[in-house]
Amino acid sequence: MAYDKLSCKEILEKLSEYIDEELDPSMCDEIDEHMGDCPPCVAFMNTLKKTVKLYNTSGDEVDIPSPVRTKLHDFLRRRCNEEKE
Amino acid sequence: MSSESRLEENELIRRAKKGEFAAFEELVNMTEGKIYNHLLRLVNNPSDAEELLQETYLSAYKNISSFKGNSTFSTWIYRIATNHAFMLFRKRKPELPIDELPLPTHEELKRREIRDWDFDPADAAQSGEVREILSEAIGELPENYRAVVLLRDIEGFSTAEAAEALGINEGAVKTRLHRARIFLREILSSHFAPEELAAMEGK
Repeated sequence: MAYDKLSCKEILEKLSEYIDEELDPSMCDEIDEHMGDCPPCVAFMNTLKKTVKLYNTSGDEVDIPSPVRTKLHDFLRRRCNEEKE
Repeated sequence: MSSESRLEENELIRRAKKGEFAAFEELVNMTEGKIYNHLLRLVNNPSDAEELLQETYLSAYKNISSFKGNSTFSTWIYRIATNHAFMLFRKRKPELPIDELPLPTHEELKRREIRDWDFDPADAAQSGEVREILSEAIGELPENYRAVVLLRDIEGFSTAEAAEALGINEGAVKTRLHRARIFLREILSSHFAPEELAAMEGK
């Protein structure tokens, strides 16, 4: 697909899609080319990637506390019954 | 989701639509843990999360006949939960700012002497101190950006699923996600690379 060369602004707008591998391969090549010659953009992209990775690996699930679960089910049993009547 | 569990889910939904509470309760059992975690991260307050959890499932029960099966039951519940959380946000802060989070310019990156962080994120994320920083940074995001990051980067939703769960289009998910990640990067950078020049002049 032919398109105009990406501007620096467009490259910065597309970095997340690049990281998430959601970009057209030719756009990725263009971003790679830009990165080869621009240390601040490389550092920015690497720290953005690390930000994403930190959040990807930090999401522990807590168990729903037993009293919260009990209250939820009691509440639903009561209110759903009222709905039926 | 395997085709077997999808079949089981469809059967429970069919029975719940007929008013069978036991079937609805089984759907609650299957999703309540994830929804509770989502709400807790979104509102960052256990008692609000508890109340929203109740409202979410009551609303699901009342509206189950409108569930058409275009998404999974779980995605549908995420949408109801997120809507209820936003109703709460609006009630407390009716003038919710809709400012767009900024993107840096190329010149700014050059001027700020951005440097890479010298650690492995998978290792760093094991540290309690780092987790606290991550959680505080999420809390500083405007709510509509926070919801996108939670779904995409913490809860592992695809762009399409997040769009469905938030009732916005995929383009809006991508835009908000990118700006939210940049906002988070800035906050994390002030911890991990304090020598980096601040984003704003005079900050």
